[in-house]
Formats: sequence, structure tokens, C-alpha cells
Amino acid sequence: MIARTFFAATFAVAALTATSGIALARDYISIAGSSTVLPFATIVAEQLGKNPSIKTPVVESGGSSVGKKGVCDGIGTEFIDIGNASSRMKVKELEYCEANGVKVTEIKVGYDGIVVANSKEGTPLVISKAELGMALTAEVPACADGSTNINCDTWVANPFKKWSDINPDLPDLKIRVYGPPTTSGTRASYAEMVNQKGYCGKEAMAKAASAARGDKKGKKCRAMRTDGAYIEAGEQDNLIVQKLQEDPSAYGIFGFSYLDQNSDTLQGAVISGTNPTFDEIANGTYSVSRALYFYVKHAHMGVVPGLKEYMAEWVKHWGEDGALSDSGMIPMPTAERATFKAAMTDLPVLTADMLK
Amino acid sequence: MSEPRKGIILPQVAVSRVNASLARRRASERRFRTYGRIAIGIALAFLFTLFVSIFTKGIPGFFQYYVTLEVVIDREKIDPAGDLSVQSLYDGDARGIIRSALYDATGAKGRSGRKAAGKLISLGAEQRLRQAILDNPSLLGKKVAMKFALDDDVDSFLRGYISRAVPEKDRRIDDTQIEFIEKLQRLQLISYDFSDYLIFGSASRDPEIAGIKGAFIGSMLTLAICLLLAFPMGVATAVYLEEFAPKNRITEIIEININNLAAVPSVVFGILGLAVFIAMFGMPRSIPLIGGVVLALMTLPTIIISSRAAIRAVPPSIRDAALGVGASKLQTVMHHVLPLAMPGMLTGTIIGMAQALGETAPLLMIGMVAFIVDIPGSVTDPGTVLPVQIFMWADFAERMFIHKTSAAIIVLLVFLIFMNAVAIFIRSRLERRW
Repeated sequence: MIARTFFAATFAVAALTATSGIALARDYISIAGSSTVLPFATIVAEQLGKNPSIKTPVVESGGSSVGKKGVCDGIGTEFIDIGNASSRMKVKELEYCEANGVKVTEIKVGYDGIVVANSKEGTPLVISKAELGMALTAEVPACADGSTNINCDTWVANPFKKWSDINPDLPDLKIRVYGPPTTSGTRASYAEMVNQKGYCGKEAMAKAASAARGDKKGKKCRAMRTDGAYIEAGEQDNLIVQKLQEDPSAYGIFGFSYLDQNSDTLQGAVISGTNPTFDEIANGTYSVSRALYFYVKHAHMGVVPGLKEYMAEWVKHWGEDGALSDSGMIPMPTAERATFKAAMTDLPVLTADMLK
Repeated sequence: MSEPRKGIILPQVAVSRVNASLARRRASERRFRTYGRIAIGIALAFLFTLFVSIFTKGIPGFFQYYVTLEVVIDREKIDPAGDLSVQSLYDGDARGIIRSALYDATGAKGRSGRKAAGKLISLGAEQRLRQAILDNPSLLGKKVAMKFALDDDVDSFLRGYISRAVPEKDRRIDDTQIEFIEKLQRLQLISYDFSDYLIFGSASRDPEIAGIKGAFIGSMLTLAICLLLAFPMGVATAVYLEEFAPKNRITEIIEININNLAAVPSVVFGILGLAVFIAMFGMPRSIPLIGGVVLALMTLPTIIISSRAAIRAVPPSIRDAALGVGASKLQTVMHHVLPLAMPGMLTGTIIGMAQALGETAPLLMIGMVAFIVDIPGSVTDPGTVLPVQIFMWADFAERMFIHKTSAAIIVLLVFLIFMNAVAIFIRSRLERRW
């Protein structure tokens, strides 16, 4: 008897599985993408879900590339409606969208600062962007350490062991920096802003040497050291925070919100004369920061309920006093907020020209 | 006395040889025992450290700070439409009611003072007030004392994680707020109680109101689907392969494949689920139905292998006896072999289920590793599972999540231990020896 009911239930489940594809239409918003945008997107989703007439959106992680690719995969409720990203869509990624017949609108929601920090018990770091790049990029020009009589245009593996090897004013400590792995958008942005633009694109010797190896923009400098000076600590920023609290001689790279939450035990490095504070990042003086975006699919407007309301919910919280800034997101200036608020209703289609 | 044959040694020689080697052999046995003890000692030490670390962090996660406020529930304010509907209460000003009670208790004045006071209380307080009115409409128009969760920063402060010695700009609690908290403490309005939010709350970005209910129900639904699919299919496969299938090349290949399937990394099943159920059948992402199907595929080999072992352990004499008194092959299996093999099969199934309960990797691909607030009501509502909840909490920046994470780990561990205990119980109760 029991066996019979059991088998009946099994068949019912099998039948449900086979037919639910046809029977089920999704009535909640599905979002995926950057793990940097996730903490903020989830706050907005949760607030929206408090309205009893709308189901709470489902927010998945996965990284910026998952967000940008996922939203472009196709049209239909089996695909996500909104892709989150902490780096802007590239022309190539947009081409993938167009190939699948997907039209999206780009909405910028705010900024996120990337900080270099250490324990308050350790030595504070006051450093220029070029020096920071020099400390952690995989290769430097042969003369960077002061050697002479050699060809300065050749590149050698990063020779600096201590911070004070780069500049005597820096701490007399071994260079040890915990940071995110290659899959992370934070790392990609950091490498671009500090290693590439702050060092190889700016400092005279590195600039010349880069040009000499046919790398005018200094893109090759984005590679981080692999000799133990830069330590990959996994995608979880909390892990880096814990390591820094235990080891005052180490530094770490992570998002501003984690410094904000742990400001009683950690201190941010002063980079090129600016402290990583909320105000300095917001007004653009602290330059190691990137914009956060989401991409919304046009074809799903009106099909999946709540998309308009979800966007409107961002507007409620993205201001200076909003819930998002309280969690560490840096708000956009008023004019920019107005632009993207308008874009939410006008829904301009993202084109390759806009990305150039 | 004849000469001993070649290869045969005299008893005296043998005894002396044995005696000579005795010390060495005993020493080697002692060494082996020591190694064994060391290995167990190391394992226990790791287990102990793990438990101590989880419990010291996790026990505080079961408690949190609350504040008791006298709220004046003004009908007009909270229920503007006057119909006591969920929507009307949502449109009403529950927030204002709580805030004014808070301002009264703290004596907060002026814009900045009120703003500082407003940040003391959790955003979840409004929901609690609304729910209380829905549950008991007679509260309307009355003045009642209600317990609300304090904000996570206040909680961290009260636990002593935020030191007053830190300069004001570096802490998340400013001096005005500390003043208010001290006043509330003097009035004995702040209490440290069991966190009902942890058990009955759903996922939230506010750590003080975040709970595991949604993930727990998601886990239950997923496991139910998994059990309904994997157990009958696994047992049927095992019975057929052991009792009915001819032993030839084809069944051999099937056997090898089942054994190989048991060693396939679990994420592969997730990719399969994505490709088949979501891409081909167009089913929605993030639903426990697909999660259960994917986990069933993963646990099937475990169940099949353990069920086959259990069937093989039934002595052939039982089968011969049944066949001898005229039972058919099917009757022999159904009436005699299966009941005797059931304890072993159930043990294997429960272990497979316990494994499925702890999985996140296969669920990643099908969208169940996600932030899902609504509690799933059926297997086709979006849902997540306990280990995913733990993983998400471990990554959020807010400090209070550290304790919540460990508390959720304790719940998961207790659940796993419970499942294993059931497996042991079933085995000891039903097992028969011959």
C-alpha cells in the first residue's frame, strides 16, 4: 500500500516536472550579476517586496560578466530580466545582445570605492597611485629600482620586496597585500585604475617602456604579482577583513562598504593625497572608484510584472540619505541621478555609439 | 633422531626465532596503535576546534537586543483605507507611529536628534506592527507595549564590538545615539532575548531581522522532491539489477556507469539541469522543483549502490526457501528480500539525502544560489536552501551577520545530525542478523 502511494507521488512529481515548463509563467523579477552590486540590489529588492502587490525580485550573484551576458542571452521568461554589473558593457558584449535580438537600457545607480586598508594597529600607508601600481604589478621596467647602465625599456619581474624599496618614506615592511582573485570585477577595476592608468600610463619611465613593447595603453601592466606579494584571498571580502585584523603588517584590497563597516579596526590608505572617505569618493577626489550599473531588457517590460516599480525603488533609496548610502554605496551627483531617473521612463536603447 | 628434511626447522630453533622476533613484532603493533591513536586525536582536535569556533560564535546569534516601546495605534494613521487589508496597512504610516513612540522614550528633539534616534530601531519594526494588527485587530486605537528589534549597529554596540574609545567619526554609532541607548537602558526598555527573527524571519539585508525560515522551507521542498524521485527509482533499479537482470555485457556497462556517476562532481548535475530543464523545457529559474530533480540525479547512484549492497546481504537461503514453497520470483523479492534489505536501503537513502541537504554547487547553475525574500509556498515558487543562505550571509559586510552565519550553521548541523541519528535508529531497529 505504502509503496503504491509512494510510486504514485513519484509519478506525480515526474509529470509536474515534465509539464511545468509549459504551465509556468514567471511572475517575479529575476536579476543576476555582479557581487558588488548584489548587496545594494538586494536592499532595493527587499524594500520593493514589502509592497504586498509585488513579489520580491530574486537576485542571483555570479559576477559582472554573468550579468551582462545573462541579460543578452535571449528573450523569454527563462532568461533574466536585469543584469547587474560593476563595469560598463563593452561593445563586444553589446554585439552579443544584438545578435540575440535583445535591446537593453543602461542605468547607472551609483559608485563604489576600492580601498587599500590595514589594521589600525599597523603602519598607515600614504602612497601615490604610481607607487601602489609599482608595488603590485607583475613586471616593471628594468631601471625602476634605480639600476643604471641597462636598457630601461626591458621588463623584469617585480623586484620590490619591501614598501620602503619603492620610496624610503613608505613603511619598512614586506609587501603583502590580500586581494580578490582574477574572477573578480573589483580586481579588474583596481588593476585598470591603479596598475594601468595610475602607473604604466602615467609614470614617465613605465610609459616609455610600455610604448617600447608595443603596449601604448599599458594594458599589460594589469597583471598582478604572483610571487607572494599579492595574495589572492577569495571572492569574500569579509575573509580579507578578518585576515587584516589578525595580521597588522598586511594590507588588503576590497570594496569601500567593508571599510565603512569596520572603520573602528581598519584604516584606509591615503592614495595620492586623498583619504578613502564617503565624501571624497562621492565628489570624485578619491579616484579609485568605479560606477555600478544595471541593464534592463526592453522585451520583458510589461511581461514580467514589477520592472518599472523595481527601477522606481532604486530612485527612492539611491540618494545621500538613502538606505544604499548607509550600506556603503556612493551616490551619484544630483544631475546624474536626474539623467538616469529620466532614462528609466524613456528607456533609450543602448547602442555601440553610447559606449564609445 | 632422523635428520630434518630440507626447509623444516627444529622446534627449538623455531621457538628461539619466534622469541627473538617477538619484541620487534610487539613494538610494531604498539607503533601501529599509536599511529591510530594519533590520527584519531588529530581528527578529534579538528572537530573540537570547529565546534568550539562555531558554537562560541553561533550561540550569541540565537539572541539579539530588543527595545520595548509604548505605541499608540491610531486607526486613521495605520489603516487609511479602513478595511484592514494588507495593502491598506502597507500604505499606512506604521513607521510614523513607531518613530513617535521612540522619540517619546528617548526624548529626541530637533531634526538631527530625531534622525539619530530613528536609526536605532530596525526597519523590520513596521512589519512587526502591521502583523500584530493583522493578527489582532482589537489593538486598534489602543496604547500597547511592543517589543521591536534594534538596528544591527546598536546590537553590535551593545555586544561591545563597537568601542566608545574609537573617535566618533570612525564608529557607526555616534555620541547622540549612545546617549539615547543609555537612556533606554536606564529605563530598562532594552532586553537581550532569544531571536525569534532567526527562526521565523526570512532572508533580509537587515541582519537584525534576517532569518532562516525561507531557506529552511526551500530545503524541505527540495529534499521532498529529491526523495520522491530518487528513492523509488533507486530501489527499483537496484532490485532489477540484482534480482532480475541477466548478467551480460550490457548490464556490466550499466553497472560501471552507475559507479562512475557516483564520482561525478556535483556541479556537473547543475549544468545538466540548466541545459535540460531550463534551456530545453523553458522552466523558470530558482525553483525547488528543478533543484530537487537535480539533487535526485546526484543522489541516485548513492542510493542504487547502497541498495544493491543491502540486497546482496540477504542470504540466498531466504530466496531458496521462498522459491521452494512455490513463491514466484516477484513474490520472493517483494515479500522477503525487499523487507529484509530495507534497513540498508533506508540508511543509504538518508545518507544520500544528508549529502543533498548540504549541496550548493549544483544549485548555482539553476539559479537557486540567490537572494530570495519571499517564503516559497510550493515547489514552483522561487526558493533557496540552507547552505546557500549560510554562504550569502558569510559574504555580507554587516557585522551582525557573522553571528547569524554561525547560528545558521548550528541549525544545519543539528539537522544533519538528526538525519544521521534517524539512519542509525532505523538500522538498529529493523536490522536482522542471521
